[in-house]
Amino acid sequence: MNNRIEKCLDNLKSRNKKALITFITAGYGGYEMTEKAILEMEKSGADIIELGVPFSDPIAEGCVIQNSSMMSLQRGTTLTGIFQTVKQIRTKTDIPLILMMYINSIFRYGKEDFFIQCRKCGIDGIIVPDLPFEERDEISEQAEKNDIISISLVAPTSHERIKKIVSESRGFIYCVSSTGVTGTRNSFKTDFKDFFSEINKYSQIPDMLGFGISSPEQIKEIKKYFDGIIVGSAIVKLINEKNISGSLSDINSFTSRLRYALDN
Amino acid sequence: MKNTKGRFGEFGGQYVPETVMHAVNELETAYKHYINNEDFNNELRTLLRQYASRPSMLYYADKMTKDLGGAKIYIKREDLNHTGSHKINNVLGQLLLAKKMGKKRIIAETGAGQHGVATATVAALMGLECQVYMGREDTERQSLNVYRMELLGAKVTPVDSGTKTLKDAINEAMRDWSANCENTFYCIGSVMGPYPYPEMVRNFQKIISEEARQQIIEAEGKLPDCVIACVGGGSNAMGMFYNFIKDKSVRLIGAEAAGKGIDTSFHAATISKGSTGIFHGMKSLFLQNDDGQIDPVYSISAGLDYPGIGPEHADLYKTGRAEYVDITDEEAVQAFEYLSRTEGIIPAIESAHAVAAALKEAPKMKPTETIIICLSGRGDKDVYQIARYRGVNLNE
Repeated sequence: MNNRIEKCLDNLKSRNKKALITFITAGYGGYEMTEKAILEMEKSGADIIELGVPFSDPIAEGCVIQNSSMMSLQRGTTLTGIFQTVKQIRTKTDIPLILMMYINSIFRYGKEDFFIQCRKCGIDGIIVPDLPFEERDEISEQAEKNDIISISLVAPTSHERIKKIVSESRGFIYCVSSTGVTGTRNSFKTDFKDFFSEINKYSQIPDMLGFGISSPEQIKEIKKYFDGIIVGSAIVKLINEKNISGSLSDINSFTSRLRYALDN
Repeated sequence: MKNTKGRFGEFGGQYVPETVMHAVNELETAYKHYINNEDFNNELRTLLRQYASRPSMLYYADKMTKDLGGAKIYIKREDLNHTGSHKINNVLGQLLLAKKMGKKRIIAETGAGQHGVATATVAALMGLECQVYMGREDTERQSLNVYRMELLGAKVTPVDSGTKTLKDAINEAMRDWSANCENTFYCIGSVMGPYPYPEMVRNFQKIISEEARQQIIEAEGKLPDCVIACVGGGSNAMGMFYNFIKDKSVRLIGAEAAGKGIDTSFHAATISKGSTGIFHGMKSLFLQNDDGQIDPVYSISAGLDYPGIGPEHADLYKTGRAEYVDITDEEAVQAFEYLSRTEGIIPAIESAHAVAAALKEAPKMKPTETIIICLSGRGDKDVYQIARYRGVNLNE
């Protein structure tokens, strides 16, 4: 097993710890902000980084990530630029890196070239919200060839689909907390006990909960159900394009609080 | 194994978030059950006849024919349907299906407002809650239709994200759907989106060519030589083309919006200038940049202002079965004025693109040949905008 995601999750499991996966939009505030924020999140307790590739029409995202994507694109962020940034980051850290992106970005770049670039730059996985199980063959062959894990998503509306989705999954299962788009929620309507027991019936790999997780208090209440969390919008909100050092210090303290909530 | 479901050649598919896949599958099951169900089809036929006032007439445009001095021109009068466009055909089908599925809430996107008005109308008829998403820019271009939808009891939400037009209204409707898909039916207005939508919407629209084929044979004793329709997402064109696809002698021509010209960046000519991509649930042709970002598009017509095209059109184009031509704003406005003066029919600015294509084709053809233009909608909604285009201010 050579993939950094799997190694990291195995290591956490052996230490009986839960995973903290944090997200930022690539190029939001500039590539320099992206690089520094990743290193800061690692320093303050993140185990895996999810890097959002901005798309013009992000249908799975709420306002915060929509807005950060638009600002990033206005700065001129491109997939080529993101690969260069990742290459540079890889000289400084070994933290698992996942690209979260829409299928058109991969398709347009060229599937073959995309996954070769991922491998060369040190990307470990991808999450493609608009590529459901039925269309997984669009990229599965090229992803496997380059040992890039394509993370599967399962939603509370997946019902009878859960079995087929999770039994073919690698890395971890991205469990969507509730219906709707990314972004803060005050509460979750999903019955986590039922949801996760259904998933765990068929899955041997860790379950990560994402969508709408925004506070350490929330985590304490529900952490018994899953193996880790994915926090996106709540971190992206902390980025102030005009103030790199202020943003980094806010990201640091927030990530540390999330870490503490998971560990204690 | 490659997923071949809902494909037109390489195009189509189901590229949507997992959150809505259950709803997509549920729709597919219901659609397959009802589309060949006799009771459902009887009920739909009755609604189409008594409520939408089908069949729509096939009108022989004598003055236009004489003026152009070429092929005989017939006009398929979808503008005479209830709510003033072809959109009602699809909406009646989808909302009847929604009702059978027990859905209480309907969401829709709209560009020009024609699909929104049709959806609001049928939702009122069937006692369903209705929410319409419309790009902010379109609510301003088509304020009359906004008020019309509100009169019909729908809630209209202006969309401020992205380019504030049709594609953004679709994004927002998809976001709503992903939050509410258990009780909500998404009534897509064109032959686009994830399977089964492109096929389902085409099947609800194919009545246009079923009727037209019979009507032209009654009038002329033979098939037409050419049928022409405007193409945004492509629903009236698919409806107009479908029953002629097998008749290889019939030319199928789609008129795309070339805006200020396809060599400017202000157009919506997906076939001329687009490339293969995956967006809004389907693999098809899209206007996009080298990095796969969807391009902002432009047309005088809010209904054609879309950066993609239905997957079946993409396939008809790739296989060479249909041709697609570019019509600029100026050509469309001239055709709008021409049809108004020549035949006393004010076409929707969308449909005026098809009229403009006919104005170019007819003179090249023989008097023994015939053309059918699909007049997809009426132009009352566009009068203000055309006046503005011509520098006439109606508000002061």
